[in-house]
Amino acid sequence: MTEREGTSHSDTERVGEAAAQAENRDIDQRVAPPAEPPEQSSEEGSIGREAQLFQGSGLGRRRRRGGRGRGEPTVVPDAEFRSYYGRPVLKAPVWEWKIAAYLFAGGLAAGSSVVAAGADLTGRPALRRAGWLGSFAALLASLYFLVSDLGRPERFHHMLRVLKPTSPMSVGTWILSVFGPGVGAAAVRELVPRRWRRTWPARLLDRLARPLGLSAAVTAPGVASYTAVLLSHTAVPGWNEVRDELPFVFAGSAAASGGGFGMLCAPVEEAAPARVFAAVGAAGELLAAKRMEQRMGLIGEVYRHGKVHRLRRASEVLTLAGLAGTVLVAGRSRSGAAASGLALLAGSALQRFGVFEAGMESTKDPRYVVVPQRERLAAREARAAVAPPDPG
Amino acid sequence: MTGNRISGPLHDVAGEAGHDDHPPRVGFFTDTSVCIGCKACEVACKEWNAVPEDGLDMLGMSYDNTGSLGANSWRHVAFIEQPRSTGRQDPGFLGLPTGPTGTSIMAEAVGPRLRDSERGGSELGTGPLDAPKAESEHPVQELGMPAFARPGDATGAEGRTDFRWLMASDVCKHCTHAGCLDVCPTGALFRTEFGTVVVQQDICNGCGYCVSGCPYGVIDRRPHDGRAQKCTLCYDRLHGGLEPACAKACPTDSIQFGELDELRERADRRLAQLHELGVGEARLYGRDPDDGVGGDGAFFLLLDEPEVYGLPPDPVVPTRDAPSMWRRAGAAAAAFALAGVGAFVSAAIGARR
Ligand code: SF4
Ligand code: SF4
Repeated sequence: MTEREGTSHSDTERVGEAAAQAENRDIDQRVAPPAEPPEQSSEEGSIGREAQLFQGSGLGRRRRRGGRGRGEPTVVPDAEFRSYYGRPVLKAPVWEWKIAAYLFAGGLAAGSSVVAAGADLTGRPALRRAGWLGSFAALLASLYFLVSDLGRPERFHHMLRVLKPTSPMSVGTWILSVFGPGVGAAAVRELVPRRWRRTWPARLLDRLARPLGLSAAVTAPGVASYTAVLLSHTAVPGWNEVRDELPFVFAGSAAASGGGFGMLCAPVEEAAPARVFAAVGAAGELLAAKRMEQRMGLIGEVYRHGKVHRLRRASEVLTLAGLAGTVLVAGRSRSGAAASGLALLAGSALQRFGVFEAGMESTKDPRYVVVPQRERLAAREARAAVAPPDPG
Repeated sequence: MTGNRISGPLHDVAGEAGHDDHPPRVGFFTDTSVCIGCKACEVACKEWNAVPEDGLDMLGMSYDNTGSLGANSWRHVAFIEQPRSTGRQDPGFLGLPTGPTGTSIMAEAVGPRLRDSERGGSELGTGPLDAPKAESEHPVQELGMPAFARPGDATGAEGRTDFRWLMASDVCKHCTHAGCLDVCPTGALFRTEFGTVVVQQDICNGCGYCVSGCPYGVIDRRPHDGRAQKCTLCYDRLHGGLEPACAKACPTDSIQFGELDELRERADRRLAQLHELGVGEARLYGRDPDDGVGGDGAFFLLLDEPEVYGLPPDPVVPTRDAPSMWRRAGAAAAAFALAGVGAFVSAAIGARR
C-alpha cells in the first residue's frame, strides 16, 4: 500500500533527521514544558517530542494510521495511547502458515465429506468418489500441518490424554478423531482395485463404508466451524474481536470449498448438489465477512491495511467470481464448472490466510490491545458513575 | 464455593481444580514503588530455575536489556524515565544541570526495529534487535557513545525538568482464571495445590496455544526446545517450604511472597500509606478479584497506568466468552448442515421436474 509506505517514509525521515541533529534536539527538548498537553504529541515539531514520549508510544507511523482508513473518524484520540517503548503487550502467536493452511484443509475435508455422503445416498458415484478422496486427502494434509507445527511433533498424541471443554484445540482434536475414521474408511473403499472387490475384507468395507461415511458427514459441521472458536478463544485482538461472525465466515468458506471441489472433479450431470452447496456457502461467507467488517472496531484497521487487506480482497473477488460462475455457467459447461470450483477453492484458502494474518498483525502493535481496553474501562467507569452498583 | 468456574471471582482456586486438602493460595505482591532496578530477581530466577541465557545485548530501552517476559525471562524489570517527580518527593536535582531524559531518542530507535524483528518483538531479549531490514526506508540512528557534557549543561534552569525513574519487576500473574491453562489441550498446564499455574515439561507438546491464550503476553515457546516455558512460582521451592528465588533475592522487599489473602491486605495498607504521603498516582494492579481474570495471584503496586509498564489495562480471560462463542459456532454448524441437506433435497426436486 503506497499510502502507508509513504507515511512511514516521511516518518522515518524524521527519525533520520533527528539522528543527525541529536545534539540540537537535546537543547530543543529542554524548552518543552513537562506537562505538554497530549494533543501536541502528534505534532512533528520537537517541542511535543517529550510529551509524545510519555503520552504515546513514539511510534508515530502507526499512531497516525488511525485517522486514515476511508476517512472514518479515529475511535480514540491517538494521544491517549501509551505503551512501553512501543513494545507489544501480547506475544505474537507462534503458529506458522501451516495453521492457516490447516484451517483451509480442515474446511475442505468437512465440506467434501458432506458432498460425498450426500452423493452416496442419492446415487451419484462420480461425485461420491471425488468427495471422499478429496476429503481424505485434505484430512491427511491437515493432520500433517497440525502435527508439524508442534514444538514437539513426536508428542502429538499427548492431545489425546485429556478432553478439555475449555480448550477448543482439545475439543477439535476429539471432533477430528470422530470425523477421521469415517472419511478414511469411505475413501479407502473407493481405492480398492477391481480384482479385490470380491474378497471378504473388501466386502466388509463395502458394508461399513456408508454408515462410517455418514458418521463423518454428521461430524463435518463441527469440523467446519470449530476452527473459528479455535482462533477466537485467544487474547489475540484480530481473532477475539470477530468472534461473533467468524464461525459463519469459516463454515461458509468450508461449504464453498467442498462444493467447489465437487464441481471441479465430478461431471456436470452429477454435480448439481455440489453447485447448490457451494453457492449457498459462498454467499454465506461473503455476507458474514461483510458483516464482520462492518462491526469491527479499531481492529478494522488491521483488516483494512496491507497484506491482510490484499489477501481478503482477493478472496472476496475470487469467491464472488466463483459464485457467479456456479450460478450462471457451471450447470452447462464442464470447464466453466471447473473454473468456478477452482475460484471458490482459492477464495476459501485466501480467506483463511487473511484472517490468520490479521491475528498475527494485531499482536505486534500494543495499540490494538491498549486502546480497546481503555475504552472498555472508560465505558465501565461511566456506567458506574451513572448507576452506582447496588451493595448486594 | 462453586460457580464462576470460567470467569469472575473464585476464592478457592486449588479446590476448584480438584485439590481436596490443600495449602492456602500463595502469590506475589510486587511493590514497584521501592524497586531499585537491581535485577537481582532476574538473576536469582535464572540461577535457580536454570533458565538459559537469552542474549546479552543492549536493547536501547533505558537500563532494560531483558526486553520482555518470555520463555527465557521469567522475571523482567522494566525501566521508565519520566520528567516528573513522584508525589511530593524531591528528586534532589534543584540547581543541578539536568535535562529531559533520552527516552524519546530510545523509543524512536527501538520502535522501527521492534516492528521489523521476528514476531514483532515478541522474542525481544532472546537476541539482538537487528537494524530494520529495509535500511533505506527505516534509517535508524545509533545511540552512539555517551557524551561527556552533563545532561542539561547547555540549557538554563527554566528548561530543566523534574525526573523520576519507574522500575517494576514483572512476572507471570498466576491468574485466578488463567487463559494459558484453560486452552492447553494436553493438560500440561495445571493448577497446583498452591493455586499457582505450572507447565509440566514432560507433557507439553509445544502446540503453542497457551502463547495466544495469555492476555498478558507472558508464556512463550522456547526456541530449539519447542516447549512452553514460564514462571513456576518456584514450585519446587514451595514444596520445600522456601519462598521463590526472586522474592528471596529482592533486597528492598519490592517482591513480597506470601499467602494471597494476607498480601492483599498488606497491599491495601501500603496503598493507603502512599496516598497519605501524597503519591496519588499509586494504584494496585491485578488485586481485584472482580477483574477480567478473577484477580491475579501475582499483583502489583504501580505508579502510572499499567500500559506504561507494558501491561494490559483491562485483561480478560478469553474463556469468559467461550459459551457465547460455542453458541455462535453451533449456529454456524447448523447452517452448514442445513445447506448440505438442502443442496441434495433441492437437486432431487429439480431433477424430478
Ligand atoms: S494467563 Fe498468562 S499471566 Fe496468567 S497464569 Fe497464564 S501465563 Fe501467567
Ligand atoms: S504449548 Fe504446551 S503448555 Fe502450551 S498449550 Fe500447548 S501443550 Fe499446553
